[in-house]
Amino acid sequence: MQVSEFVKLAGGRVLTGEYEDREIACGYTCDLLSHVMGKGQADMAWITVQAHMNVIAVAALLDFACVIIPENLPVDETIIAKAAQEDIIMISCEQTAFELVNVLHEGGVPSAKKG
Amino acid sequence: MTMIKETYPVKAGDMTAAGDVSARIKRQMKQLGIPASVVRRVSVGTYEAEINLVIHSEGGRIDFSISPEKITIRVVDQGPGIPDLKKAMTEGWSTATNEVRNMGFGAGMGLPNMKRNADEFTIESTVGVGTDITMSFNI
Repeated sequence: MQVSEFVKLAGGRVLTGEYEDREIACGYTCDLLSHVMGKGQADMAWITVQAHMNVIAVAALLDFACVIIPENLPVDETIIAKAAQEDIIMISCEQTAFELVNVLHEGGVPSAKKG
Repeated sequence: MTMIKETYPVKAGDMTAAGDVSARIKRQMKQLGIPASVVRRVSVGTYEAEINLVIHSEGGRIDFSISPEKITIRVVDQGPGIPDLKKAMTEGWSTATNEVRNMGFGAGMGLPNMKRNADEFTIESTVGVGTDITMSFNI
């Protein structure tokens, strides 16, 4: 699934503006950053309620496909600017993390590898 | 033969800047054409170390060096030192504050993540002096 497809299916808003579309290789949802550092894979879609600077650092270091913020949770402009600068696609969605996982799953996106 | 040797200072307590040094090191590795799987492991190890410097230390530095065979990351701080290294290396054990935990850190996975990602990992710590970590990654 391409990021643009996810945005369309989820009715998401791309906070970071124009972006170069990319393939989502796998998905993961977790709010513990160290856990995500341990499990994260390149081209992963990451769903998290955390919306601070360190989320962008983790997503950039591990080359994630996008960061998805559920439930229209507020994201500070400085965070969005940092994400745009690091070429991280940041998407805000109205649905819960649970519902968003389903959108990815229905679209054929597998889970990030376990273990 | 060492191709690159750099030192980056890391300030204690500055959560907004946490990750900047790791990002610079990642950029350098990419420019040098280091394989993606190695870049990833070094990035995870360096970021965890950088976060620890910001959260737990009184300030420190990250040394980054590359030779044709390996990448070495050395992390040295100015204290406070870890009283019980065995506990600190245990997954799930953390002394992080609630504020830091609310940001998604303090899961007690930092040091284990460093060890897991590095090919060689050494840690020495003296209370009142500081902590000295070396991670090396085969290219």
